[in-house]
Amino acid sequence: MNIIVILLMVLGLIFFTGGAVGIIRMPDFYSRLHPAGKLDTMGVFMIMTSLSLYTLQEFTFSALLTAVKIMLIVVFVFITSPTATHAIVDAGVRAGMVPWTKDETREHILE
Amino acid sequence: MANLKPNKSKISFLITFVILFVIWIILSGKFDLFHISLGLISCFLVSYFSWDHLLPDLDVRTLPGVWIRFIRYIPWLLYQILVANIHLLYLVFHPRTQEVIDPRIMRFNTRLKDGMALVTLANSITLTPGTITIYISVFGEVTFHVIDIQSGKTLPFIMEAKVAEIFKE
Repeated sequence: MNIIVILLMVLGLIFFTGGAVGIIRMPDFYSRLHPAGKLDTMGVFMIMTSLSLYTLQEFTFSALLTAVKIMLIVVFVFITSPTATHAIVDAGVRAGMVPWTKDETREHILE
Repeated sequence: MANLKPNKSKISFLITFVILFVIWIILSGKFDLFHISLGLISCFLVSYFSWDHLLPDLDVRTLPGVWIRFIRYIPWLLYQILVANIHLLYLVFHPRTQEVIDPRIMRFNTRLKDGMALVTLANSITLTPGTITIYISVFGEVTFHVIDIQSGKTLPFIMEAKVAEIFKE
């Protein structure tokens, strides 16, 4: 059981690290949102699952309640995260931000 | 609110109340009379004021089927999210990220009409890494941003078919 918990937690941390690194490495506003919004969601899912498994180790009623509460956090993150990401992207489009594309940079280099 | 049949609003009210009360019980975790009655009162008030927000156009005959198919859709969606997450992780940790990715804006027309179906499709697209919905119109035109062609080429179309299957369109 402990092995599964630790494995899930490490996987979650890898996703979180990927999200943080991705925000720095991506070229523009829109593509930065991909790692920011998504890898975090996956990281939350992994870590919260491992935490709820950890609390369920001694199977009591209160432990079950705590586990269900932790999983409720995941449900709400899964509902709100895409909405928030969409709102940010929409704001960017309304402000008239032009997305970075590969071809543009190629032309830029040629000049 | 007024032009709906009273029967419909009662069922909608009841469903909202039950959902709220289950969440109340999970979150409070106390089962004495005081806490339960507090929960009953507050759930009643909240569902009295806002029963028409959770289930806007309720159809009692199709609702259970939609929910069952929706619950069956979730594991598939989770699997797709996992696969796409690993792909995005690979892109992020690639030594030359800016050469591998190819962000662009894509458009397609969906044949979905129902509001709930459109919302589900838009949220599913945004939840899957590599694609973010920018805009979805009432007429079914979806605009979304993809990080590379591979993630935007097939998945939204499979997703559309799956969502259409849920809402029987």
